[in-house]
Amino acid sequence: MAAGLEEAPVGRAERPPVGGPSIGANVPRKEGRGKVTGAARYVDDVVMDGMLYGATVRSPVARGRIVGVHYDPAFDWSEVVVVTAADVPARNLVTLILEDQPVLADGVVNHPEEAVVLLAHPDRWYVEEARRHVRLEIEPLPAVLDIDAALAAETVIWGDDNVLKRIDLAKGDVDAAFAAAAGRDDVVVVEGVYETGAQEQLYIEPQGMIAVATPGQGVTVWGSLQCPYYVHKALVPMFGLPEEQVRVVQMTTGGGFGGKEEYPSMIAGHAALLSWKAGGRPVKLIYDRAEDMVATTKRHPSRTRHRTLVTRDGELLAMDIDFVLDGGAYATLSAVVLSRGTIHAAGPYRVPHVRVTSRAVATNLPPHGAFRGFGAPQSIFAVERHLDKVAKALGMTPEALRRRNLLSEGDTTATGQTVTERIDLPRMMRMAMDEARWDERKRAYAEHNAVPGQTVLKGLGLATFFHGSGFTGSGESYLASVVHAEATAEGRVVVLAASTEIGQGTNTIFSQVASDALGLPYEWVDVAQPDTAAVPDSGPTVASRTTMVVGKLVERAALGLRDKLQAEGLLGREYTPEQFAEACAAWHASRGRLLAASEYKAPPGVVWDDATYRGSAYGSYGWACYVAAVAVDTVTWETRVEDFVAVQDIGTVIHPVLAAGQVEGGVAQGIGWALSEEVVWNDGRMANGRMTNYIMPTAMDLPDLRVFFQPVPYEHGPAGAKGVGELPMDGPAPAIVNAIEDALGVAVDAIPVTPERLMRAVKQAEAARG
Amino acid sequence: MGERTEVRFEVNGREVAVKTWPMGRLLDVLRTEVGLTGTKEGCGEGECGACSVLVDGVLVNACLVPVVQVAGCSVQTVEGLAEDAAVEPLRQAFVRANGAQCGICTPGMLMATVALLREEARPSDARIREALGGNLCRCTGYVRIVQAVREAAAEMAGARADAEVEG
Repeated sequence: MAAGLEEAPVGRAERPPVGGPSIGANVPRKEGRGKVTGAARYVDDVVMDGMLYGATVRSPVARGRIVGVHYDPAFDWSEVVVVTAADVPARNLVTLILEDQPVLADGVVNHPEEAVVLLAHPDRWYVEEARRHVRLEIEPLPAVLDIDAALAAETVIWGDDNVLKRIDLAKGDVDAAFAAAAGRDDVVVVEGVYETGAQEQLYIEPQGMIAVATPGQGVTVWGSLQCPYYVHKALVPMFGLPEEQVRVVQMTTGGGFGGKEEYPSMIAGHAALLSWKAGGRPVKLIYDRAEDMVATTKRHPSRTRHRTLVTRDGELLAMDIDFVLDGGAYATLSAVVLSRGTIHAAGPYRVPHVRVTSRAVATNLPPHGAFRGFGAPQSIFAVERHLDKVAKALGMTPEALRRRNLLSEGDTTATGQTVTERIDLPRMMRMAMDEARWDERKRAYAEHNAVPGQTVLKGLGLATFFHGSGFTGSGESYLASVVHAEATAEGRVVVLAASTEIGQGTNTIFSQVASDALGLPYEWVDVAQPDTAAVPDSGPTVASRTTMVVGKLVERAALGLRDKLQAEGLLGREYTPEQFAEACAAWHASRGRLLAASEYKAPPGVVWDDATYRGSAYGSYGWACYVAAVAVDTVTWETRVEDFVAVQDIGTVIHPVLAAGQVEGGVAQGIGWALSEEVVWNDGRMANGRMTNYIMPTAMDLPDLRVFFQPVPYEHGPAGAKGVGELPMDGPAPAIVNAIEDALGVAVDAIPVTPERLMRAVKQAEAARG
Repeated sequence: MGERTEVRFEVNGREVAVKTWPMGRLLDVLRTEVGLTGTKEGCGEGECGACSVLVDGVLVNACLVPVVQVAGCSVQTVEGLAEDAAVEPLRQAFVRANGAQCGICTPGMLMATVALLREEARPSDARIREALGGNLCRCTGYVRIVQAVREAAAEMAGARADAEVEG
């Protein structure tokens, strides 16, 4: 192993000594036991008395006018609850950023699978039967089905020009840089176009909600979700209720990856509308896999054009980037996905002149939404592929070109943010290459590929990249997240936050942070179930913010408990866990509950200007270099990842095994996005909405992913931690496609690189060569 | 779906009799009539393996099995495993190694692992990956699941060897 690397340990969970540090130790996952015994309760495991089952009648077309809704007169509707847009008590709207998406289509449909009618019945099979006896009569309207059609705007489906959001980012003066270079023979201009496809989050637990709703009692929903307060924010105006009459409870959630960031508001609304109409009977609305895949959000498809000015010896002078995302039929989160993609579009490189012209456009596809990485994987795929193209044009190696231009302390990013972190990206790149035995493999692959008649060709590729932790720009200041900590009379500490455990380890990380802050055993800390009636709004569980941003609030809230006890003279400066427990007992005896709160405040120096897109885009970044070794079968055109090395700086690693788990899982999703996960669109509808024909990696498709950390503590994160969740999604696709080009000598600039796409690319390249 | 009929079989060592549609899915009968919700539905078409159970010791996807087909059979679910002390090292290994993240695939993974380890006490990593090839996990990239199985297999094989020596 390269010097200075910390390999993610494969060791056993260590029980921290009482009062000793748990940060850095692989303590057992808080809710792990319930997950290995079958006792963990997911939403579909819950049955309530008198419960009805819901179903959704959806648009069969991409765009049209709803002329009629026909209920088969031969079918017995007497016990079926029916809800349409007319039944929405207050506003027919899923509140998020812009107010454009109805909870039920009213008069028009704007994408396939848009919800039009809701049904509920005590028998889940009967309601499914009922769904098949509703016929929507829709007069089709011309639809916009891809980025080109949206930009052409011959058919306008959103605003004046189909543009959901436009961002112009400028550093230096790109036009002047290109003009000044005209006629110089020591510079080169390299152009490229890169495309990425939609990707399904494919959490293994499909989406679902249970709701109880009445005008008198208000609305309560229990469900599979990432962001309790997003759902809350959507339900309040939909039902016209005071905030305290809407309650959102997260059940054990079987994966999210962004897919349960905004869409659960829609399902919660549907379940609650049915319950409201049914006089408050509980309604369970669970999607089956096919419905989940065709109706819910996916990663935005993208197209990126690059034009780069570079000196012949490899100094990047200017990058002109045009970045377009397909947002689907409604605005949802596209503006912020575009923002993150834009900020990461120039990569972690020192470039004096950068222009990024970005647009998210509307199409009549189901709205695309949050998915791990949130726009950055798309623009990073483009820039990391493009750098290999630039290197090839210059006759340099990909690693030499990167080494020449990687950001270091004191440089400025594309938004003009000065890098203050002690990063050494060239060293990290060297570590990743050494770990992957780059030089040795290069020689061996050259020999291997040169064997006459060789049908399996091998190649190596890498990507260097960064990912901002937390909300972009001033987002965290607007959110103003709050965390509470409570101490019981027994001295146990409960963390109260809306941040959800969705598999990534929130419960464990928060417990480690709180127990270490107070010097208590890890076992003494519990994390409350996210329930808007009981926990404050600590913001959504997204954007790699839970550990770094909310974790810091957990640390401060926990310390607040100690400070209160000390201020009252109940606890000394130095104390044992037992003394802490005694102090809590004394507090409870005379003063009641012991609670402390913390609220987010931007660290000094984090200043962002939304109007000019200049400033500190993020408080800190994760930095990484990933290396992929691939073998391409030139008979079947299948690509196999034979080795994968992921080296990253995510600040202090709070729980090495959990952190490695985040990286491994993200890399696996990245490999799927790069090679096999293709969404096939048929008139705006996903044609392969099943696990049988939408192909995610199995255990047999992946190598043992190798993960290494190079921690550089971040002063404003808890114990020095930064974010980790999204970073690993950014690097795999470009590293793999760069490796494919290394193996075949053929550039492939669109993903997924399915066997069909690869075969076409090779045949085209052969034809072009004559 | 035809008339409801009574189907008798054994679940986790206990006799059950349910009145249901003969072609109803074993998965639904387990989750609703029997009330054991540890067996999960991920896809309903035999792709993801979240509903894996053992029928007379054979690993099956409960979403693909009509309940009438298990009449007179012995079905084992994750709740049954939880009562089996010999499987405790496997559960501990999944928690320790972070083989269970969101947990939705975990019951199926545990059932597939038990089926594997009954066949082969000390499987190679390649064999583990093959045996779990029908169980999809979106969280882990499988690294820690394979590790958990490897560690549990070593521990369980060691325990069996000790028991034989003592016996």
